Order: sequence, then C-alpha cells, then structure tokens
Amino acid sequence: MRIVEKSQLMSAAEIDRTLQRLAHQIVEKSGGTKSLALIGIRRRGVPLAQRIARAMRGIDGVEVPVGTLDITLYRDDLSKVAPQAVLQSSDISFGVDSMDLVLVDDVLYTGRTIRAAMNGLFDLGRPKRVSLCVLIDRGHREMPIEAQFVGRTIQTSDTEIIEVRLAEIDHEERVVLVDRVD
Amino acid sequence: MTYRFRDLLALEPLSADELTFILDQAKPFQEIQRHPLKKLATLRGKTVVLAFFENSTRTRLSFATAASRLGADTMNLQAEASSLKKGETLLDTANNLNAMRPDCFVMRHASSGAADFVARHLEIPVVNAGDGTHEHPSQGLLDALTIRDRLGNLNNLNVTILGDISHSRVARSNIHLLGKFGCRFTLCGPAMWVPRELEKIGPAGTPIRCVYRVEEALEDADVIIVLRVQTERLHEPSLSQNDYILLYQLNTERMKLAKPGALILHPGPINRGIEITPEVADGPQSAVLEQVTNGVATRMAILYLLMVGATEGAHPALEAKPEVTPKESAHASD
Repeated sequence: MRIVEKSQLMSAAEIDRTLQRLAHQIVEKSGGTKSLALIGIRRRGVPLAQRIARAMRGIDGVEVPVGTLDITLYRDDLSKVAPQAVLQSSDISFGVDSMDLVLVDDVLYTGRTIRAAMNGLFDLGRPKRVSLCVLIDRGHREMPIEAQFVGRTIQTSDTEIIEVRLAEIDHEERVVLVDRVD
Repeated sequence: MTYRFRDLLALEPLSADELTFILDQAKPFQEIQRHPLKKLATLRGKTVVLAFFENSTRTRLSFATAASRLGADTMNLQAEASSLKKGETLLDTANNLNAMRPDCFVMRHASSGAADFVARHLEIPVVNAGDGTHEHPSQGLLDALTIRDRLGNLNNLNVTILGDISHSRVARSNIHLLGKFGCRFTLCGPAMWVPRELEKIGPAGTPIRCVYRVEEALEDADVIIVLRVQTERLHEPSLSQNDYILLYQLNTERMKLAKPGALILHPGPINRGIEITPEVADGPQSAVLEQVTNGVATRMAILYLLMVGATEGAHPALEAKPEVTPKESAHASD
C-alpha cells in the first residue's frame, strides 16, 4: 500500500485566515472571553489552540488560558492503535469547574477522539459548557458529535486521509488530502 | 520507543533508555493522582491477579489501587489464607489462578527467582513484586521517579544505602537502575550485612564501595536510602538493637555530613527510632510519603505498558535469570 498526495486543501495563509475567523466566532458566540478557556487535544490541537488564543488577545486584549489534553487513556480502541500508545502529559493548570471550554482539534472524523476528550475533561471537574472547534470537518461520524466552530467542511471518502501539517510539529504549514492506494 | 519485554521481572536487563521510558510513562499517572476523579476505564474488563505468597501491605495495596484506578478488577491471594498452607506447589497455584483467565499476574515470593519461574510457565505478563533477595523492580522505579522529581535528574549522583544490604532486593533494584545513570554507591551497615562481594553486583563499571562507619558513608551523599532494619535479624552477641542505633541510625547530627538538600528515601515500613529518627523521617529532606504516592503512579504505568496491546508482537520473557533457582514446592512466607 502506498500513500499518494492528491491535493492541497489549505495553504499557510488560508490556515492563518481561518484561525483568525474561528477566534472571532468563538469570542462572539461566547459573549466575550470571561470564563473562556481553550483545551488543545494532543498533538495538533495544541498549537492550534495556542494560535487561536493569540488571535483572541488581538480581539479582546485578554489572555485566554490554554490547556492541553492527552486522550490516550480514554480511547475505546486502545488495543488496536499500536502495541503501546505512548502517553503524553495533559497540562490543564486552571480549574475547569464552571468554565466555558472550547476543545480544539485539527480534524473531526469519527467523533471518537472528542468522546474520549470529554471523558477526560469530566474527570477534572464540571465545566459549565463545552464546545468544539476544528480546523477541518471531514464527515463519517460514528458518534452523535458536532463541532460548533468549523474552519472548513470537506467531503472525503473512507480511504482518504487529511493531514494537517503545522510549523510547530511538522516544520511545514499546509493541509493536504492524501489517499491510500493498493 | 516501546517496552520490549512481556514481563517485568527485574531491572537488571533494562537499558537506561528503557528505564527512562518507563519513568516518563509514569508522569501522566502522577497527574491522575491529583484529579478529583481518579478512575479511568483504560483496563476495563481486565483482571489483575495479586498473588502475595509473602506478606505485604503497602506493595499489595499500591498495586491494587493502581489496577483499580485503571479500571481493572483484582483477584487477591494472600499467604496466610491460601492453599499454600495445604501443600500446593507454586506452579499448581499459579496454574489454578491462571485458569480463571486473568490478564496479568503480579506476585511476591520469598524465593529469589520465583517470579521468573512462574513467567516461564504462564502466557500472561508477570510482574515481580519482590522475590527473595533478588529484585523489587517497581520499588526501584518509584524510588528513581521520586529522586528525578526532587533533584531534577538521575545522572552521576552519590547514593548511600544504609542497613541490611545483603538481604535487600530493594537495594539491588536501586543499584541496577541508578547504576545505569552513572551513580556512585556507598553501602554501609554492620559487616555481616555488607559483605565486600556486593561491590560487584552493579552494572559493569559501577563504582560501589562498602564502608562500615556511617560518618564516612554520608559524606557528600546526594541521596540516602535507609533500609528497614529487620529487628529479628539483630541479635546478641553480634549486634544489639542499641548498638545499631548508636552506630548506624540516621539522625539530624549525622545528616549534616551529607550534601545540603540531600534526599532521604525509605521503602517502608519505618522503624521509628531505630534506623532513622522521627525528626529526619518527617523532615523536609525526607521523601517517604512521595515515594508512596509515586508508587501508585509507577505501578499504573507498569500495568499500562504490559497490559495495553500486549498480546500482539510482544517478545517472550527475555529477562536475565537470577542465579538462585527457586524451590518448586511453595512454602509459606518466612
């Protein structure tokens, strides 16, 4: 099986513009940044959450806290992932009780990651509200989960993979559609 | 990196990178100890056998807590209430427990090599929770985690171990782990407990010296590991309890000889006023309760690494065999 790149879905400039828009939408819908906090899901949700927080500083002049969540222990398919999925630390230094939390991830697909992330969050306390922000929604949901803030919706087939490549992790900045071919 | 063994029988065969990997995997579990809700569903539906052929309270409860916080169920075997008293062999007991289809076998036994022996006969992961005078790997790991948290890293430390080294599986696991990070060891206690052969037990090239004056042993120490004195092993005329206190007890005055900020560990249970004074055991340099908290996190990491996805691609036990072969007939704790 080979992996071939089919097309580029977003350039660096488009990613940046999209994140700016998402930051505005979150602030608008939350009625300000008071009691708002972002939780980036490891790995690529983390830099995205940090960038959205930076954009919010430009809008409201307020520092929105950013936490990171590793969902490995909460997955329902752990034994299928790898012989051993390596655990990373979660780092949420603020109390989540009564907070207005926005989970941030790169791609929304089956919804299982988000289900796991919510289980992880609720072990930390009882947030007032949890919403979801993703850069790409590619469909194929297996859970009753939807994102409130979506960068772009893209129709995909099951064999296709969307790769979000970010400077902080991948040393390049773009979103590509790749396909598995036999 | 992955953990390449099916079992955790000893720290001796593990490399510095592998040990670091296990310690790093304990970090997320340390965080979970601070959560308001500590229970995960990661090992839901799995069963862990806790077979303690030798008595233990702390280690058994620590493994039970670790299993429970990962969502697993436990099956308990305790020496005094078991069929061991009725003459069943160790292998028969292990096979019978295994026939109830558990997913992991945690065991402690008074004979060195017992866990290794059981691991050769079972197909599920075996965790050695202490075998005779051989090793106590989870204790070695939790001690290292505690040292790393307090002192920043494990490299090139001066480690002093006080007490009955010759009978201590904790000391052996400490030396096999910390020796791989370039630590230097000073072993100290009455001559009957600190034979010179111990200078050769570490990883190749590990500096280990045996000394018999506590003042000499504490000089320049970064870490002091105080072992429990088994009072039944102290007897006249060789050494009375009072002589031990006079010659070897870790007290405030003697602590001044170690480096400022030197860390004190004790695997417990403590004999207050014998091997250590209450002021030192409860003082700011002591990490004994952190060791207990870290013990749960370390054991969660061990169960996670051995039980998640462990069925495919795992190697059979490759662990070094201890020199002592266990008696096949099980015996009650001694």
